[in-house]
Amino acid sequence: MALINRGFRRRNRVDAPPDRVPPGQYVTADFPVLSAGPTPRVRLEEWSLSVSTAAGQETRWSWEELSSLPSETITVDIHCVTKWSKLDTVWQGVSVDDLVGDMDDPGAFVLARSYGGYTTNLPTSDITGGKAWVAFGYDGEPLAAEHGGPARLLVPHLYLWKSAKWVNELQFSNSDRRGFWESYGYHDYGDPWMEQRYRGD
Amino acid sequence: MDGTALPRRLTWVVAEVVSSVDETRRARSIVLRCPGWPGHLAGQHIDIRLTAEDGYQAQRSYSIAAPADGEYVVITVELIEDGEVSPYLVEDLVMGDRIEVRGPIGGYFVWEPSLGGPLQLIGGGSGVVPLMAMLRARVSADSQVPVRYLSSARSLDRVLFRSELARIGRDVDGVEVLHTLTRTRPDGWDGLERRVDADMLQSHAFAVSERPTCFVCGPTPFVEAVSSALVALGHDPGRVKTERFGPTGG
Amino acid sequence: MTIESHRDGNALGGVLMSLFGVEMTHRRGCCGGCGAINTLGEMHIYVDAPGDVVRCPSCQTVLMVLIRIESVVRINLAQLAWMEMPD
Repeated sequence: MALINRGFRRRNRVDAPPDRVPPGQYVTADFPVLSAGPTPRVRLEEWSLSVSTAAGQETRWSWEELSSLPSETITVDIHCVTKWSKLDTVWQGVSVDDLVGDMDDPGAFVLARSYGGYTTNLPTSDITGGKAWVAFGYDGEPLAAEHGGPARLLVPHLYLWKSAKWVNELQFSNSDRRGFWESYGYHDYGDPWMEQRYRGD
Repeated sequence: MDGTALPRRLTWVVAEVVSSVDETRRARSIVLRCPGWPGHLAGQHIDIRLTAEDGYQAQRSYSIAAPADGEYVVITVELIEDGEVSPYLVEDLVMGDRIEVRGPIGGYFVWEPSLGGPLQLIGGGSGVVPLMAMLRARVSADSQVPVRYLSSARSLDRVLFRSELARIGRDVDGVEVLHTLTRTRPDGWDGLERRVDADMLQSHAFAVSERPTCFVCGPTPFVEAVSSALVALGHDPGRVKTERFGPTGG
Repeated sequence: MTIESHRDGNALGGVLMSLFGVEMTHRRGCCGGCGAINTLGEMHIYVDAPGDVVRCPSCQTVLMVLIRIESVVRINLAQLAWMEMPD
């Protein structure tokens, strides 16, 4: 049993209704920056997002093309596996449904790939049906590079490592290939309400 | 370096706060008695772990500020606005309190007199702490290694160890101390006056031809700017050792 | 172009020492990507993440990833070709 330090407490703790805080999480007013590598700096003229299906269909959007798609402002809670949660975060983005809508049965799983090499995997049913966005705005401003700008994936119902920063590609397939953190021991699915942090949880 | 590599487990020990000194309005040196302390080298650090009543734990690393002295380990902590651990250490900890520490840690960013010199020390903010340990080691060992110590701080009231450094600079042969103040300066300030840059290093650091070992420590942007300036001037990258404290400095 | 926001190897000094039993930051390791040899202290460490990621300073290849799972630390030896330890 570790020594208790009288009077020490977690900083910036925000009180929140328990039904909004998944098990093991605490709510913060900060927006911590977590990264597994250098922050990519991508010029909008060079940015692209490609979506490919298991059958080999591929579509690619330039920044201009993405910006011309209908976008929405959404308010969601986000939960990081490192135990912080942030409630009522406001994002602007394009629904992933609008990116894959034209594709018939793209595949059962998707591997999201990012500038800089990061990857993460999800079932297709968790990235469609109004559950995910390609977000390019946060809190009324263009998404900062340190938080995944120009655009990141946003999948708020799963731990935030699934919301790939600097997303560049959505590769659908019928086999589930593990992404970066998943291959090092994190959970394949990552439901914060089931506290699925590590493989085997 | 392998003098510190005796195989032993690095475990948490309960240390006791035996005394403290306010260095500046926001920085405090804390003397800890660490039972079983094996000694340490200048540049090494300790990890401190704090546990809240609800079980939450936070861990941070702090450079040791002074040479080995039996079981006594001195750290100098600067309060970070919005910090989590530093406010507790600087404002709440009192004599007799116990905290968990482990150490000493570090084999790369260390110096002892036998490693020779010249020794170029460049620190930003609280980055000067491990460098001060190196300077204190040099002085107490009565070493003849030439040392130049350059510190960067926002204002004079933030300069750590100022009076001791003034005395060392004045009284100890072969040691030069310089401060640069980047935001505000007192009237009549005759030290340096801007962020450390290539020109300042060219004028005041050991020349490339003298082949100094450079230790650069402080907030990450500071370390990046200074270390790349040193390398751009021609210093051997293998002799520019860095310790980044993270974006805000720890 | 990328913005570096990494720490130096000494940021992992404590955990590596407690795992290996000896001081590690001056031990040399070889990148399996580009072959560069650096001391651990010179490697780029990303600590603000779900795990600690150690990358080659020359080519950014992931050399090691440390994950903490409850009371266990798992060291994934990703693309670290070799590392030296005292005999």
